[in-house]
Amino acid sequence: MNVGTGPRRAQQPPLPEPTAWHEVSLTVNGEPVAAQVESRLLLSDLLRQRLGLTGTHVGCEHGVCGACTVLMDGVPVRSCLTLAVQAAGADVRTVEGLAGDGEPLGPVQRAFHEQHGMQCGFCTPGFVMTCTALTGRAERPDEETVADELSGHLCRCTGYQNIRAAVRQALDESFGPQEAE
Amino acid sequence: MKPGPFDYIAPAALPEALRLLSDTERDGKVLAGGQSLIPMLNMRLARPELLVDITRIPELDRLGVDADGALRIGASVRQSTVAADPAVRAGWPLLAAAVERIGHPQIRNRGTVCGSLVHHDPAAELPAVALALDARFTVARAGGSRTVPAGDFFRGTFTTDVEPEEIVTEAVVPPLRAGTGWAFRELAQRRGDFAAVGLAVLLRADGAAVGSARLVYCGVGGTPVRVPEAEQALVGREFGAASRSDAARAVGAVLDPPGDVHASARWRREAAEVLLARALTEAWERTT
Ligand SMILES: Cc1cc2nc3c(=O)[nH]c(=O)nc-3n(C[C@H](O)[C@H](O)[C@H](O)COP(=O)(O)OP(=O)(O)OC[C@H]3O[C@@H](n4cnc5c(N)ncnc54)[C@H](O)[C@@H]3O)c2cc1C
Ligand code: FES
Ligand code: FES
Repeated sequence: MNVGTGPRRAQQPPLPEPTAWHEVSLTVNGEPVAAQVESRLLLSDLLRQRLGLTGTHVGCEHGVCGACTVLMDGVPVRSCLTLAVQAAGADVRTVEGLAGDGEPLGPVQRAFHEQHGMQCGFCTPGFVMTCTALTGRAERPDEETVADELSGHLCRCTGYQNIRAAVRQALDESFGPQEAE
Repeated sequence: MKPGPFDYIAPAALPEALRLLSDTERDGKVLAGGQSLIPMLNMRLARPELLVDITRIPELDRLGVDADGALRIGASVRQSTVAADPAVRAGWPLLAAAVERIGHPQIRNRGTVCGSLVHHDPAAELPAVALALDARFTVARAGGSRTVPAGDFFRGTFTTDVEPEEIVTEAVVPPLRAGTGWAFRELAQRRGDFAAVGLAVLLRADGAAVGSARLVYCGVGGTPVRVPEAEQALVGREFGAASRSDAARAVGAVLDPPGDVHASARWRREAAEVLLARALTEAWERTT
């Protein structure tokens, strides 16, 4: 890691072994990105360490916790189980893409804020990206589908109820209030 | 928790992928959805020298029904694509139901059906379903390909009849005979976990009696376990509490499940009997 003063530089990856490198081009939050990456670089590390997008969190690095979830071509995937080279040509969206610095929160972010859908916030970027994909569907997903999607995320703080409420609010905003069943 | 170094190539055509894998200079490995392989790379349980990504080969991305009415699932077709496909849901509902029990949607959005079958985790749902449905696999290598029926494919824990230089290009699943009832049941500690015990059932009715039965478990051995003794306890008899409990007794007598951190052997055996009663009832209701 570069520590010290002076202009901020793009980090060179601190990698000792000579190995295969790839030029990859992809889109991140609507902007084209070109990077030289090592084969073994995870998408989560491309985002966090090379692009400085630390909103994507890393909890377990084996697919279980969901904190690293990003949208790849519109669907939620684990960025810790995707190599950066595999994302070549893909359209990647992270939590930073939902609202820029100083901009008002997006509808999903606002729902999590208003419904107190977070405490420490570690799990939040993952939940927010899965919820963003749900609000972008053609039709309102049913409760069963929502439960299945949220099962892919662990939260150690909230007890999930407020997260469910936040997702409900975000879906209401996208699809209109849910009819009583 | 970072992978060791490796080379990565994503060929655009199958022959190139097979040539790369047949190169004995380098220890190559197929990369499909990466949802089992990348965790192993991250934990350094796998240290291949070369990953051959097969998901950019257009001919492996096909999903469809062939002239014989069989479902053909190409090697790069994602689990979520298969589970959402209207033809699969209508014609192979057992397969769709089992795919939906794999992990979480975020995993199924990348994981492939063929990858799960080749990986062959003993707790995985799909190997049991492939055996129940008499699936077969097309296994290609440089200079040729062969067909392997599901019964010969699953060899042991994490082991299938696929050599390191081979690629499973597709899984072929024959159509179910009209009127076949089906059920897939599993017990797992949490939603999305691998099954501690799972069960695929196919039943055909012959009037009030059972005409044919197929019972295949996952999670109770190194490979999917079919229980012919329990099938025989059902076939030719009126479907009801008596034949169901005979089948359950056969299951209890035959199965020799392992005990591990997820569940004890005794728990698995009892769970297998409980699942059987539920799955049989459900499958019977679906026979027509
Ligand atoms: C959190 C989590 C939960 C999960 N839960 C479940 C679950 O409940 N049930 C379940 O069944 N699975 C589960 N999985 C695993 C998931 O189903 C994987 O997607 C699947 O096992 C492997 O498919 P893949 O396409 O990702 O293969 P990869 O990870 O890319 O490959 C797996 C192995 O198969 C080989 N391989 C893959 N495709 C081919 C091919 N066409 N020809 C030759 N070799 C090939 C690879 O070389 C590798 O050795 C889970 C995974 C995670 C991370
Ligand atoms: S860090 Fe990717 S799922 Fe936990
Ligand atoms: S808010 Fe702390 S882990 Fe979810």
